[in-house]
Amino acid sequence: MTQHSRDLSRRRLLFGGAAVGAATLLTACTSNETPAASTQTKAAGDAAGNNAPGKKVVIGFSAPAADHGWMGAIHANAKAQAAAYSDVELKEVDGGTTSEAQRSTLGTLIAQKPDIIVVLPHDGKEVNAVALQAMQAGIPIVNLDRVFPDALASRLVIKGDNYGMGVSAGHFIGKQLKDKGVANPVIGEIAGLEIPLTVERSAGFAAALATYGFKVNNRRSAEFTSDSGQREAAQLLQALPKIDAIWNHDDDQGIGVLAAIKQANRSEFFMVGGAGSKLAIDAIKADNSVLKATVTYNPSMASSAISLARLIAQGRGLGDLTELQVPKELTLASETITKENASSYEKLGF
Amino acid sequence: MSDATPTPTAAPERTQLPAQSPPVDPAETAVAGDKAASRGRLSWWRGENGDGAKRNLGLIGVLAALILVGAVTKPDLYDDPTWVWNNILAILQLASVVGVVTVGMTFVIIGGGIDLSVGAIVALAGVWCTTVATQSYGAAGMIFTAIVVGICVGLVNGVLISYGRLVPFIATLAMLVAARGLAASISNKQTQVSSSTFINDIAARKVLGIPILVYILGAVVVAGWILLNRTTFGRRTIAVGGNPEAARLAGINVRRHTMLLYALSGLCCGIAAIMLTSQATSAQAAMANLYELDAIAAAIIGGTLLSGGRGTIVGSLLGVIIFATITNLFAINGLSIEAQNMVKGGIIVAAVLVQQFQFKSFTRLLARNRLTTTT
Repeated sequence: MTQHSRDLSRRRLLFGGAAVGAATLLTACTSNETPAASTQTKAAGDAAGNNAPGKKVVIGFSAPAADHGWMGAIHANAKAQAAAYSDVELKEVDGGTTSEAQRSTLGTLIAQKPDIIVVLPHDGKEVNAVALQAMQAGIPIVNLDRVFPDALASRLVIKGDNYGMGVSAGHFIGKQLKDKGVANPVIGEIAGLEIPLTVERSAGFAAALATYGFKVNNRRSAEFTSDSGQREAAQLLQALPKIDAIWNHDDDQGIGVLAAIKQANRSEFFMVGGAGSKLAIDAIKADNSVLKATVTYNPSMASSAISLARLIAQGRGLGDLTELQVPKELTLASETITKENASSYEKLGF
Repeated sequence: MSDATPTPTAAPERTQLPAQSPPVDPAETAVAGDKAASRGRLSWWRGENGDGAKRNLGLIGVLAALILVGAVTKPDLYDDPTWVWNNILAILQLASVVGVVTVGMTFVIIGGGIDLSVGAIVALAGVWCTTVATQSYGAAGMIFTAIVVGICVGLVNGVLISYGRLVPFIATLAMLVAARGLAASISNKQTQVSSSTFINDIAARKVLGIPILVYILGAVVVAGWILLNRTTFGRRTIAVGGNPEAARLAGINVRRHTMLLYALSGLCCGIAAIMLTSQATSAQAAMANLYELDAIAAAIIGGTLLSGGRGTIVGSLLGVIIFATITNLFAINGLSIEAQNMVKGGIIVAAVLVQQFQFKSFTRLLARNRLTTTT
């Protein structure tokens, strides 16, 4: 029995030691120190006096909790742009993971009476009422990306162009294939999570392809995450033994899509990405993979939203425009990044 | 509930013994002896608890039907033997990550619990092992981190459930939320790319024409099968899930055993995290989304009883492969994911209906047996 217990205690000691060692090593491993995460901001000092400090304003900000790179960049850009102005104080509230959570935190934000609020809602329809409340209470709303159905619910809408993104991708692929003289090309599409914006993107893609007489042969939807991108791409590649072109909606899930393509050892086609992440832009510039282009849906819109919110709150107009106030609606153009222009987009990659 | 219940005469004296003390394990004798007597030698794929054989045959039938549907709807693809072989490998690769998670889940469910946090643990382990700091230790450091994180989170689940007396559903639901939150804060909500070629090669490389991921799945399944069917640990798992009170009276340390089951599930999640990170060459907090449901569904259609005490590893594996085959079938036919999910839902319901029906006749049989033994 004593022998037994001594063995046991030694085992415990060894095991305990290992556990403590593992714990120290692991806590050290949570560090993610990377060379200064880049954000996209507009430097002070350009655009006709817009950057001259004005009245001090408090800008509220609410966007869904970041679950992928693009949303992460939205948060980071908003913060960085606000920090670039000496006259702006940013009050960010947790947008949570559901519309309900966002509604309740927005309610508390409204009660604090900031000068203006920038909102990227989970779903425009579901947060509409709260935005309307804020407008009625005299707090202007800058509606970022996902639009409120009620025009009275916002002072300014600034959004990306989902349909246009699909159109850009469709035109790039259509033109490339036309130039190569491919008849009846096989085109694959890896869409994102099936929410309205994804449906719009796909509609734009199909419409643009149709002008060349092409159509999508197989479409899989992933979830904007790299592992789902890999999963769906692997199945798509299996379904289409020979492909001419692929459009992948999102560069973050594109990491997985590219991995699947490499794992399947395929390279007979070219691919167009979406959103415009730093990794994708680098890959396009290096031109060493099937990724030849990406169409932008740039999270820099969060920076622009903060800048415009500041101008609205200060009652100023846009420097280069004649109007004394900021316009009501702004839709960013979806640009196509290729090898040729990749270097000029590098600073916008997220 | 199940035939894991030891005979009442054996119980009282055994309770005095520490559960660990070899050479005679009460559960082992109670369960295995009982079975060996009634059923004799059992074939490898039935598991050793009940009517697994018929059920597994049924699953193989479903699988064959799915493949047949594929061959009929896409004859041009199925014409090419190379493509068919590649497709089988693609299905197995698709099944590999969820398969490993499901092995752990099967143990937990057989042991009378449920683990809703597996997807979150995979994400946390994946994110933790791809941080810049961890990657600086190389592939070995990443693998070590993923596995230790998996085990530790599983242990936390286990301690909360067995010693904190939380309901497994609640404890692991809380862990689901918390682990994803921790993963999001570690990764700063970004996708972390793995720059380790060793890790990335796990998914990209084949050995003897078969992807390494498939070997890993095979190894985990074999290890799980041996653990469940050929060790005391496995017999105790069935005993604990079948009737925890009887298991306790038979001298099994039910609490510690329950804790270990969740740690085992965590270990599987750690392994799965490495595989998934390798497949996606990256990790993020939102990865392995809803794997808990995939794993539970696979275990259920594989014949694992949700109330515990019964289940087979082979059945669970078949369940995972069936789901992967459905995904593949819908993909090669270019059908929408919505339709695919509806079919999956239908299959789960059908499997549970069949299970209920079989279970009823099973308990009736058991009741009759008990009657004859007591008289």
